[in-house]
Amino acid sequence: MNPFHYQRAAAPEEAIHAVAATRGAKFLGGGTNLIDLMKYDVERPTTLVDINHLSFTQITASPDGTTTIGAGVRNSDLANHQIIRTSYPLLSQAILSGASAQLRNMATTGGNLMQRTRCFYFNDTAYTECNKRNPGSGCAALKGFNRIHAILGASAGASSETASCIATNPSDMSVALAALNATIHVQGLKGKRAIHIGDFHLLPGSTPHIETALKPDELITSVELPPSKFARNSYYLKVRDRQSYAFALVSVAAGLELDGKTIKSAGLALGGVAAKPWRSADAEKALVGAPATADTFRQAAELAVAGAKTYQYNAFKVELAKTSIVRALTVAAQGVLA
Amino acid sequence: MSTLLSDTPGNEELQDQPQGAPCDLPPEAHSDLEFSRRTFVKAAGILSAGVASGLPRVAAAEKARIAATTAPQTVSLTLKINGKQQALTVDTRTTLLDALREYLGLTGTKKGCDHGQCGACTVLIDGHRVNSCLTLAAVAQGAEITTIEGLAHGDELHPVQAAFLEHDGFQCGYCTPGQICSAVALLEECRRGDLSTVSWQTGQTTSPQLSEQEIRERMSGNICRCAAYPNIVAAVRAAAQGARS
Repeated sequence: MNPFHYQRAAAPEEAIHAVAATRGAKFLGGGTNLIDLMKYDVERPTTLVDINHLSFTQITASPDGTTTIGAGVRNSDLANHQIIRTSYPLLSQAILSGASAQLRNMATTGGNLMQRTRCFYFNDTAYTECNKRNPGSGCAALKGFNRIHAILGASAGASSETASCIATNPSDMSVALAALNATIHVQGLKGKRAIHIGDFHLLPGSTPHIETALKPDELITSVELPPSKFARNSYYLKVRDRQSYAFALVSVAAGLELDGKTIKSAGLALGGVAAKPWRSADAEKALVGAPATADTFRQAAELAVAGAKTYQYNAFKVELAKTSIVRALTVAAQGVLA
Repeated sequence: MSTLLSDTPGNEELQDQPQGAPCDLPPEAHSDLEFSRRTFVKAAGILSAGVASGLPRVAAAEKARIAATTAPQTVSLTLKINGKQQALTVDTRTTLLDALREYLGLTGTKKGCDHGQCGACTVLIDGHRVNSCLTLAAVAQGAEITTIEGLAHGDELHPVQAAFLEHDGFQCGYCTPGQICSAVALLEECRRGDLSTVSWQTGQTTSPQLSEQEIRERMSGNICRCAAYPNIVAAVRAAAQGARS
């Protein structure tokens, strides 16, 4: 691990100024991903600004039904909060399906949004080819063991291997936030702004090293959830190689607002298939106004994976994603498990 | 092998192992082997440097990534461990795990993977179980840290410790301090009604009972290489029943 300065911030402004003023400085939240990557020499910050002692650790509900989650709320506290369990069970299920109890106790809401990919080649500096780590160096995953890699939204055109990236975003929490239409509130030197979850994570394009819309001096302060619509009919399905403590091969966050048997509105997002939680406007459009039946769900599933591109070892993900979508929507339509 | 490891703190246990024990080579063959391995590593380094210089953009990017280096920094801390304030000055890179083991002599907490995957380093911070290998010592300043050494009251074992003994919840014992700290926190989480992914799957979303499935899921952050899992589950279940009665 490279040496670094350590600084504990007492207020968000102090943390933002410290990171903005120092080249190579980073915010340190739970550290479950950053410290790990520093041990692998993938991350080499010059300064760590500790934001664990800031006061944004509250979850509050507004009279209009909006819920605000402080960026410093730990994953375990978020998943177990009464408001989240009752009004946004999808989010509780997604968080509890990820990592271990120890890691969930450490990881923060803001940090989870900033998680970096678990691509084997990104995480191992022995591979010099990684456009995310060394822009312009190529992509070792393209011809490597790419079983866990993206099938949607990747940049892997034949002519642009120097910009290719087929890494996936590993977060479960973010997939649920996408289905729930969350808004990310951030603060920087120039003030505050709000970013819709759909615009927060970026597809790789020709700049796979730029992963989010967050500017270098910006700090996530809270996540806002609109009034709950899917409390009764939602389900997070995670498919993985081990039953516990493993990243998703494919995951589905499904939320339905039902009027009798008719779907009034829907939130559908996929994990493990792209560099961001994958939402398909076409798939959601196919659900809205349609009866909550297997036929409707199958149609939505086809639309959700439209344009999928596979590599040597991950072609199975297309069929897996489709069957997972149908299953998640079926369970969601049946109503809450509790 | 030990020369390769010697500048890395916290490898005493590795170095103490008899060198080359698994194979039957004479001592001189060992040194030859070591020499040739070192030569190979060196040669491979030169080779990869050559390859990198053939790709100027890559070399430049790699240089820029590594250029931003800082000189080693130290930080003076006071950590409250098992109720006792302890002052120490450490490199900022020091994890809580290394602070406990290398600076404070609290070697009960174990280093397994050092990447938050195995749970051997589990300690309690303000009552919550965490991986001390991914927690910087500096971040833990101001918190109440409890390690395996802090669970018993004198000669009286913590009920979870007693349950692990009673149910033989280990074989080699290396993961055991982490397993026990994890289980202590698990019981508290259960007492306050925290859910797991199994609770959602089984629909037990109000005060879930600690079934075998629940215990296995809730303890999945602690790996046991000896696979003493059936007995670990029995120990946790017994401790939970004791805590209820």
